[in-house]
Amino acid sequence: MGLSLIHKLTDGHSRGLLPRAHLDDKGSYSAVKNLPELVNDAFSLVIVISLVLLVLVTFFTVFFAVKYRRKKNPVPHEVKEPLILEITWTVIPTILVLIMFWAGWVNFVPLRRIPENAMPVKVNARMWSWQFEYENGRTSPTLNVPLGRPVKLLLHSSDVIHSFYIPEFRIKEDVVPGMENFLWINADREGEFDIFCAEYCGRGHSGMISKVVVMSSGAFHEWYEKKEEKHAAAGELSGPALMEKHGCLDCHSIDGSALVGPTFKGLFGRSQIVVTGGREMSMIADEAYIRKSILHPSDEVVKGYPDIMPSFEEDMNEEEISAVIGYLKGLK
Amino acid sequence: MNSGQPAEAPQSFYYNTGKYRGVLSWVLSTDHKRIGILYLLSVGAFFLTGVTLGLLMRLELIAPGKTVVNASTYDSLFTLHGIIMIFFFIIPGIPASLGNFFLPLMIGARDVAFPRLNLLSWWFYIVAGFLALATVVMPGGPPDVGWTFYPPYSIRTTTSVSLAAFAAFVVGFSSILTGLNFITTIHRLRAPGMGWLRMPLFPWALYATSWVQVLATPVLAITVLLLILERSFGVGFFDPVKGGDPLMFQHLFWIYSHPAVYIMILPAMGIISEVIPVFSRKAVFGYKAIVISTMAIGVVGYLVWGHHMFTTGMSEEAQLVFSLITFIVAVPSGIKVFNWVSTMYRGSIVMAPPMLFSLAFIFLFSIGGLTGLVNASVAANVHIHDTYFIVAHFHYVMFGGTGFAFFAGLHYWFPKMFGRIYNVRAALIACVVMFIGFNLLYFPLFILGWNGMPRRYYDYLPLYQPLNVLSTIGSWVLAAGILVVVINLVRGAFRGDPAGSNPWDGTTLEWQVPTPPPAENFDVIPEITHGPYHREGKAQ
Repeated sequence: MGLSLIHKLTDGHSRGLLPRAHLDDKGSYSAVKNLPELVNDAFSLVIVISLVLLVLVTFFTVFFAVKYRRKKNPVPHEVKEPLILEITWTVIPTILVLIMFWAGWVNFVPLRRIPENAMPVKVNARMWSWQFEYENGRTSPTLNVPLGRPVKLLLHSSDVIHSFYIPEFRIKEDVVPGMENFLWINADREGEFDIFCAEYCGRGHSGMISKVVVMSSGAFHEWYEKKEEKHAAAGELSGPALMEKHGCLDCHSIDGSALVGPTFKGLFGRSQIVVTGGREMSMIADEAYIRKSILHPSDEVVKGYPDIMPSFEEDMNEEEISAVIGYLKGLK
Repeated sequence: MNSGQPAEAPQSFYYNTGKYRGVLSWVLSTDHKRIGILYLLSVGAFFLTGVTLGLLMRLELIAPGKTVVNASTYDSLFTLHGIIMIFFFIIPGIPASLGNFFLPLMIGARDVAFPRLNLLSWWFYIVAGFLALATVVMPGGPPDVGWTFYPPYSIRTTTSVSLAAFAAFVVGFSSILTGLNFITTIHRLRAPGMGWLRMPLFPWALYATSWVQVLATPVLAITVLLLILERSFGVGFFDPVKGGDPLMFQHLFWIYSHPAVYIMILPAMGIISEVIPVFSRKAVFGYKAIVISTMAIGVVGYLVWGHHMFTTGMSEEAQLVFSLITFIVAVPSGIKVFNWVSTMYRGSIVMAPPMLFSLAFIFLFSIGGLTGLVNASVAANVHIHDTYFIVAHFHYVMFGGTGFAFFAGLHYWFPKMFGRIYNVRAALIACVVMFIGFNLLYFPLFILGWNGMPRRYYDYLPLYQPLNVLSTIGSWVLAAGILVVVINLVRGAFRGDPAGSNPWDGTTLEWQVPTPPPAENFDVIPEITHGPYHREGKAQ
């Protein structure tokens, strides 16, 4: 089917209709500064038309209810049903919805056309934290971006479906495990803006929050080139800091309280029932068990807890795992 | 059980207990009127349960952080609220209770086509209801997945998801059987002379609804069965770790659940189409236009499910087509609203409780429908998808629409069902209180959604608090209004004044039989010679 025709039509159309979203010579939308305005415009159009219709309907409802009330108008009059009336209120709304549809579509297309010069950032979502991975391997719990440069976000989930949402930028896309969705942003002012998870993902859903930090180009590059603490001194990072960094404490407490996962307090050396391959067995939480639980959490799940922890095989290096185990040993 | 039994009507169905006595004369009855009342009491009980859960959720959200329950409990609250309200109140609410009672009466039949199947439907419903409630006491605790059951989360969690999904499966059969029964009844049992275009609009609405129930519900049954198989035996339908596709679940789920939205709203529209002509003393304006719109919604409603998935990474072509069809499906609903309002033109209008509820319906449903256009616009959808804007939108359609229409219908047909009338003044006040409470509760949610607050949030940033407080206060006002309605109706059923057979001066057949109706409705099946809204001595 004429898919290319659809694109040609819509892209061509948006050139004339939308002053804020213009194409450059290469056919990309690199010059777009104000993606949020596209969403606002489509929204406002629907709201204005809807308000007019709502006011009309409400006005006539109240007007008739008052004017033709029984006391004033004891005898009803049957009226003719002119066909032209039915045709009018079928055709006009149809035209209106087609206009709203078209505005929604042409304003949407630029949101899906990533400029060629966009900086790619990989977004890693898991229950219940965000992590942002840059081209040079740098990772960050906040999304740091330079002002005025298009950024392409590649969305990855290691467990369930999340949804990456920046209300201020008017964008959202689901983060679906097993597929790579994308978004792009082009921040036009410095500041910090909220990132939410918009798809329900379990107990910590409403706490799965981060921030976009929009920096000046210079400040961003300084941050970007700076060696991460991890590389500089992995061994020096303390257990608690590492656990905070990797989001362990979202699910495991260190004070004995019950969260989604078993508490870390008194874990080391504890005897517990685990479920492995559908069978239950008793085992002691020793160094080998903890290592295995970090790398292959689904193999042996403590009885009574959901099998929802993602593997940290690619996220934690050997030094970090050792540091965490060392810390857990002492957590009585 | 002898509720609402007026002494002066010994021929009424309340006296004809059939083979059994006491409670058994109800739960084993095949009389469509008794089954209708069984359904009314059951959906009423589930509605009040859902309201209570909703009040608890709103109370929790009055402040950020923990207020009364912890996060896991909150997740179960919104899941049970959704499952109970959708599967056990809104979907069966109007067709199974008011529809069961009045469909045969309105088309001049002695009962539905398959009375025993009708009883079986109620049993499926009530068993499913207990299964859903049983999740609360099961090991693992009540489900925490939302009424949408999205995998992979619904596969990983250890709560009683499978049992809740099975309850949806069972109640689905109740829905399918009721649909099948109504379709057959309407095709085969209309009174002589009642051609299709002499059938009242409520039966027309039930007809369209029934087709959607029969054709769409099996898809839900299959979907939840696959989910249960995956949870129990690890078959990889939806979990990407096992090679499954989580979006396939969403497609299957919404192929049922979007048409289900029309299962919920079409009967409500049918009620409004009955009430407004009666209380305006007029024939309905644009009968044929309303019939065509009803059927058009039923058909086109199948083709719009993708708008629930605009942000899942679906192809642009799919987004384009689903957006277009979603916009188109709004038109027939608009046509109905215009015809209802025009029905009032030059009428002689009585502002009785059913009419006031119907006018509230028109306003609230218009807001719900028009904000649906925002969701249909792909560019706007990107921002408001999965936010409180959506929560506000569907509560305006489902509660402001279907809920208020249910109350309109209940107040309209109540005298016929129970032979007595409630306190009219109290009913009018309750309607106004509900209307104010409703808007206080749900309108702030539109603004919260536009400001970016995602739905299903246990905790929120402080900037969202003022509107949440307002919304919670609204929930108390709304609950107060509902409480007055319940007390007024229960009191009316037992101690209200006798109603007479046609208190509203209605023109359709149910008003021509004694009140409450006798066991087999009609001594002699009437011969139909004119349209349903024809008034004697008036030009039509």
